[in-house]
Amino acid sequence: MTAPTPHADVSAAPPRADAPLPSIEGRSRGDVVYHAVITGFALVVPLLLAAIALAIAIGGWPALRQFGFGFLTSSAWDPVNGQFGAAPAIYGTIVSSIIALVIATPMALGVSLFLSEFSPLWLRQPVGFLVDLLAAIPSVVYGLWGIFVLLPLLRDPVMPFLRDTLHLGATGFFSGPAYGPSMLAAGLILSVMVLPYIASVSREVLYAVPRSQREAALALGATRWEMIRHAVLPFARPGIAGGIILGLGRALGETMAVTMLIGNRHEIAMSLFAPGYTMASLIANEFSEASNDLHLSALMAVGFVLFVMTLIVNGIARWLVWQVARRASGSAA
Amino acid sequence: MSATVRPTQRQRAFAERAARTVRGRKAANVTMLTFLSIAALAATLPLLVILLHLVKLGASSLSWNFFTQMPKPVGESGGGLANGIAGTMILVGIGSAVGLPVGVGAGLYCAEQAKSRLAQVVRFLADVLNGLPSIVMGIFAWEILVRPLGHFSAFSGGIALGAMMIPMVARTTEEMVRTVPNTLREAALALGYARWRTSLQIVLRTASAGIVTGALVAIARIAGETAPLLFSAFGNQFWSTSLKQPIAALPLQIFSYAISPYDEWHSLAWAAALVLIALVLVISILARLATRARAGAGHGD
Amino acid sequence: MATDLTPRATYAVPARETAPGASPMRTRIAVQGLDAWFGQVHAVRGVSLDLLDRRVTAIIGPSGCGKSTFLRCLNRMHETVSGARATGHVLLDGREIYAPEVNPVSVRKHVGMVFQRPTPFPTMNIRENVAAGLRVMGDRKPSRGETEAIVEQALRRAALWDEVKDRLGASATGLSGGQQQRLCIARSLATSPEVLLLDEPTASLDPISSQKVEELVYELRKEITVVIVTHNMQQAARVSDVTNFFLNGELVEGGPTERIFTAPRDPRTESYLTGRFG
Repeated sequence: MTAPTPHADVSAAPPRADAPLPSIEGRSRGDVVYHAVITGFALVVPLLLAAIALAIAIGGWPALRQFGFGFLTSSAWDPVNGQFGAAPAIYGTIVSSIIALVIATPMALGVSLFLSEFSPLWLRQPVGFLVDLLAAIPSVVYGLWGIFVLLPLLRDPVMPFLRDTLHLGATGFFSGPAYGPSMLAAGLILSVMVLPYIASVSREVLYAVPRSQREAALALGATRWEMIRHAVLPFARPGIAGGIILGLGRALGETMAVTMLIGNRHEIAMSLFAPGYTMASLIANEFSEASNDLHLSALMAVGFVLFVMTLIVNGIARWLVWQVARRASGSAA
Repeated sequence: MSATVRPTQRQRAFAERAARTVRGRKAANVTMLTFLSIAALAATLPLLVILLHLVKLGASSLSWNFFTQMPKPVGESGGGLANGIAGTMILVGIGSAVGLPVGVGAGLYCAEQAKSRLAQVVRFLADVLNGLPSIVMGIFAWEILVRPLGHFSAFSGGIALGAMMIPMVARTTEEMVRTVPNTLREAALALGYARWRTSLQIVLRTASAGIVTGALVAIARIAGETAPLLFSAFGNQFWSTSLKQPIAALPLQIFSYAISPYDEWHSLAWAAALVLIALVLVISILARLATRARAGAGHGD
Repeated sequence: MATDLTPRATYAVPARETAPGASPMRTRIAVQGLDAWFGQVHAVRGVSLDLLDRRVTAIIGPSGCGKSTFLRCLNRMHETVSGARATGHVLLDGREIYAPEVNPVSVRKHVGMVFQRPTPFPTMNIRENVAAGLRVMGDRKPSRGETEAIVEQALRRAALWDEVKDRLGASATGLSGGQQQRLCIARSLATSPEVLLLDEPTASLDPISSQKVEELVYELRKEITVVIVTHNMQQAARVSDVTNFFLNGELVEGGPTERIFTAPRDPRTESYLTGRFG
């Protein structure tokens, strides 16, 4: 049937079967197995999240049931008498995160704007990389550095300076003894840890602003800064907001560095010099030594609150970033 | 060729006001730009400062002893963190054994079945998982492995780390597999490759450099994690490689030694931190170089 | 009214019907009533034609006329796109390739395909690329020694051997575009398919590489059945024995190339050939 012609040299070709098409059952068996395996692995992701949520919820349920909504508002924390309230931890989480954002955002925006508007192109990669590297440093190393470098620095001269020389002690936010471990210390270290996340998103968004926007502003006679303020930033605003919220999400969950620097005290104090607690550091500090089941359950309930809070914040961040992506694809640059 | 007109009083006043405004705007410009430059500098300083301290305070304790000796009782010098190093390696090994196959598989699924409902769900939930505080992973591992079995174990620590790896590796794998052009897949199919072979031997292989990079970055991240291990692996003063016993780990040791009152232990903590940072930095830099090389070279399309 | 469209050939083209060693006209692939859809889009409408053994069949037509879709139905590549389907009959040597018990993977081992853009496997060197199809031949897989010989022979048939024989271990992506395309042709030829489908193979190549590919297509017809889709009419005229003109998914006219180009019967064919559209 396939007699070679004088011109073809098929001697080296593998032998052909007589029938050109061997009958094989519809889909190769290999395909079925492969598809089953990767589908199974893909299913692990939602199952894992569900398992985590369930595990924490189940563990925290006894405490939540016992204390109800008051769990979130009570400041009592008495393992001996079975009284637990997460309010100081929640307060501390929010305050330390806000401090972190307040300090980190200008720095992150500063470096991102610097890279996108002023720096020579060859600087972009290295500087951007240096900033991103901050995210790679393990939390415990930040904590170590914080204990031996930041805390002594805060004790003397920074805190006294803020309290006495700048007279900020009068406001009540910077008053009290300056031992070192404090909300301020936690906020400071968090700001360094959160900086790369805000910077990275801001950088991407700023780079994506079309040249035409910038050139139009400059052509109208705007100064560099005015161009940034009126042409670039409005464009990038939702993305930057997304980056900030993303940083917030990270700050909420940071554990080790905060545990090592915040003083670990169940207390809601006005002064930033006072020690406090965050949800994550509370769990880290007390979990292994929880004295009874209710104590454990209370800690897991705190974990559940943290879990939900992080979900919401990260969800908002992603929605904002998604908005940016949508807008970018919608508008022709 | 118009003759120059002498400016009127009104025009002169206007020009003056305009000049003042321009001066103001220029001043504002300079101020803001200076502030931005300072902020930029401030943002790059922490990394350098921390690295400097690590080297200054940690390098002196780094010695052969550090890697081979067990921690000595307080007061004796010359101890090391051999158990922590071994423990970290074991925990990372368990974590990778779980996290890498599942992560790569999930990433492959999302890249190949990109439009399916499950792929969209997995993509979204992987991002959610990536954003969870790592202490939550620790609680999870404790609840499912430590509480029922009644004791801390290396295995539970490894599982906590592996669970963290899965969404990381899944996202990077999906990204990398998506960069493989569809024409390559078609060329393989047209040659008579079955779908599974195309995916594994052609697509995965083409994307392998990027996938390996992503895997290494994930490994670097979990190697430095402490919170998931606090109540799963728990830590161990002694040498142990058993999966069923608590096990030491470098990050755990850094934590407990840092908050201890002993200077020798502080030095050990700095040395351990230096080792950890060196590992993390080297991998991060290699990963970044690999990504840039790939972007430069292109895929030969 | 038919203008003389015989282009000036860049190489000597013997009158095809009297080419030495030309085998008798035998149908290799018989297409009967083929319809193909992308979702709701009816891309190929009721096409029936015969693809002759040891001949080059060209398929021409304006872009979007369904010629590539038709081609991809011949080796069951069309259905790899989600939402795509095809009905009708395609018989390879008398056997229906769309029969339910037939595995499309096996069809593609008999009907090879070369795409518009060269697609060498980037992680493999030249030798591995050419031998890539041999790895999936199951129990007919050749041994190591046989593989070397097959690789050499395939590269010779693809007119690439002289250029790469000293660097078979080099990465395939280091080759020029034209060389990469010939590599892809060699890769398809290595498994000795009965039919080779070429989907606009020179569309992304420079003129010199295009010419080399055309020459090798012309040589290949002595051994296998070639079907080439091209938007370049002159290329079809140079290279093919039979030409089919497609329009809007339908086969408008098909026949010996010389006749189609000098005396097309359908006015639409003539309009296309004289450049009034497409």
